[in-house]
Amino acid sequence: MAKHKTHYEDCDVLVVGGGMAGTGAAFEARHWGRDLKIVCVEKANIDRSGAVAQGLYAINCYMGMQWGENQPEDHVRYARNDLMGMVREDLGYDMARHVDSTVHMFDEWGLPMMKNEKTGRYLREGKWQIMIHGESYKPIVAEAAKKSADKIYNRIMVTHLLMDEEKENRVGGAVGFNMRTGDFHVFRAKTVIVAAGGASHIFKPRAVGEGMGRTWYAPWSNGSAYALPIAAGAKMTQMENRIVLCRFKDGYGPVGAYFLHLKTYTQNANGENYEKKWYDHTKELVGEYIDHHPTPTCLRNHAFIQETMAGGGPIQMVTTEAFQDPHLETVGWENFLGMTVGQAVVWASQNIDPKYTNPELTTSEPYVMGSHATCSGAWVSGPEDLSPPEYFWGYNRMLTIDGLFGAGDTVGGSAHKFSSGSFTEGRLAAKAAVKYIEDQKAEGIKVTDKQCDNFKEAVYKPLENYTVGQNEITGGTVSPSYISPIQGLQRLQRIMDEYVGGIATNYMTNANMLKRGLELLKWLEEDLENLGAEDYHQLMRAWELKHRALTSQCVTEHTMFREETRWPGYYYRGDHMKLDDDNWHCLTVSRRDPKTGKFSMEKVPVYHIVDEKEKKQAS
Amino acid sequence: MSTFVYMTRCDGCGHCVDICPSDIMHIDENIRRAKNIEPNFCWECYSCVKACPNHAIDVRGYADFAPMGHSVRVRREEEKGTISWKIKFRNGTTKDFVSPITTKPWGKFIPKLAEADKPNQGEINSQRLYTEPEGLNIDGELPSVPKDSFKKGVYY
Repeated sequence: MAKHKTHYEDCDVLVVGGGMAGTGAAFEARHWGRDLKIVCVEKANIDRSGAVAQGLYAINCYMGMQWGENQPEDHVRYARNDLMGMVREDLGYDMARHVDSTVHMFDEWGLPMMKNEKTGRYLREGKWQIMIHGESYKPIVAEAAKKSADKIYNRIMVTHLLMDEEKENRVGGAVGFNMRTGDFHVFRAKTVIVAAGGASHIFKPRAVGEGMGRTWYAPWSNGSAYALPIAAGAKMTQMENRIVLCRFKDGYGPVGAYFLHLKTYTQNANGENYEKKWYDHTKELVGEYIDHHPTPTCLRNHAFIQETMAGGGPIQMVTTEAFQDPHLETVGWENFLGMTVGQAVVWASQNIDPKYTNPELTTSEPYVMGSHATCSGAWVSGPEDLSPPEYFWGYNRMLTIDGLFGAGDTVGGSAHKFSSGSFTEGRLAAKAAVKYIEDQKAEGIKVTDKQCDNFKEAVYKPLENYTVGQNEITGGTVSPSYISPIQGLQRLQRIMDEYVGGIATNYMTNANMLKRGLELLKWLEEDLENLGAEDYHQLMRAWELKHRALTSQCVTEHTMFREETRWPGYYYRGDHMKLDDDNWHCLTVSRRDPKTGKFSMEKVPVYHIVDEKEKKQAS
Repeated sequence: MSTFVYMTRCDGCGHCVDICPSDIMHIDENIRRAKNIEPNFCWECYSCVKACPNHAIDVRGYADFAPMGHSVRVRREEEKGTISWKIKFRNGTTKDFVSPITTKPWGKFIPKLAEADKPNQGEINSQRLYTEPEGLNIDGELPSVPKDSFKKGVYY
């Protein structure tokens, strides 16, 4: 204990996580809070961190209001339809009405946007997506955050939020450790914006062994977006709404540009359009939702999964037509090189040239996140002018803990925001956090050394466990007294995979399986007190695992609560196979009591703030 | 795939250690050079490959699904503003691609907001963000929705 030095940093706005949402928050906070102290803490290096570390080849959320291409209400309809009716429309509308100004800044800052030669507008990949050469997307936005923040800490893993000891339910900062020096860091802050990552690796991935890191979402996205607020007692929403992705096999290379821009399409092994075959079957489950356009992502997955189970695989993407055009061939390859290099490696290794071979597709293991075609996350206040009373408590993007804000994967209910929308949400949270401080809401916060010391002891316990446990055995990795982070992770992944709707059961679960899953997760939680870490790198893995495990408990509780199959193709409740609008056209909200560790669940009404009709598009 | 480091090219500078998002590039204390300590947490993001000044880091496709004999090499040139790729298939086929990485001198057009015009109270109390509404390139104010049109529950 004594060998780990403690550093204290007092600040006004603390941004936890320097990905797309965190850089947006750090940048914007300076505009509204000129004299405030703004600090950003990042687990890796802000220049290459978060989901966009590798780059992106498209910005998937841009309205194009300046050309009348789309309006915010169109995006609300789109996201609502894709998530089978279940989104926070106030949050989605709010993100959508601001996202264009974010994208215009990126253009101004030097992000290479592809242009349509005829119109001079941004080149559309689809209705919402525009194409970019985004290899340096992340370093560019990182530069913006660096120019605004007073200080950016790299290589610090934030493990816990601090709570104010003067006023109930108010945040007081955060603590973590530096994985290079091993030092302990206490950030006492008036406001905290959690902009950390969603969760990969909570369900067992298809890839094994050396390839385990080849998950669709980055392996460093370890669910801190959820675990930090859950542990502090914040309310969460739609945590059952995990996402399964249809992607190119093995490398999980993206399919968006292939479908939308290259106009490639899928077929089964016999060259048939299999989606049509499963129409009647799907209609049985979800009713008229299958008739919506575009077909919701989960329902397309559903047809894929059914066809594969019926023996129609492998499912292929028909690329051999589009790739005869040299320009489209270049787009197809650069699309991977710009954001999923691994898929290019897989194809090179297996001699798959999509000009001559139709590559295989697969459905991924599930992920929990809040920014893609899914909306798990914290229950936050919406903006004053758009939110019904149940959704508004003073400050935009504030969680149910005073002074604690969220953005990006952290925020639940606001689906389809992607990179640009996450950055935008960071901006919204930052402005609200500054307002909160200016309204004198953060006065007299008290964080005692005792609170910090307790966390410090917990943070370094895995090092202690390892040292003591090692002395008991001759060597090797098998100990009766501790488990390593990888051992614990694989146990977590198996529980989630086999009981909570992973690939082992083709995404199937039911109340009995979930009940057993919760029992096993409880034992895992107890055993994680005995995690052993041999160095600071493994200490980081230990805390990543603890955050994943807590996230998983919340996911399982939510999955148990919603007694219907709202998103077939994401997961199935075998005991409630049909979508049930009479009882479940609502949002699920949970809270874990920090004292007892028990979750309580409630239903909250879903509000539809825009009507159904599609407006004629000007474009 | 996972990254590996060529012994004769690495000089132990540590650029890869600084940049790796997964914290898996570390300096080996015996040979004073970098190595991948945890290949099963590598996302093949190429951040280290791009950052290496000696081109000492390469990638070999993940052992559990990638046959050997392929390569995907990259050169990122910040001054030129380009990134160049060479893909070599197991059967010897090669493909080359070059893309821009920025359109402006690095960082020069990113504002320092501490020195920009201060927002007034009206803006602070509005729903606007920095550059708005001008930055949206639309006529008029930010769009909104009247609350009396909200509908609760089943809508479809």
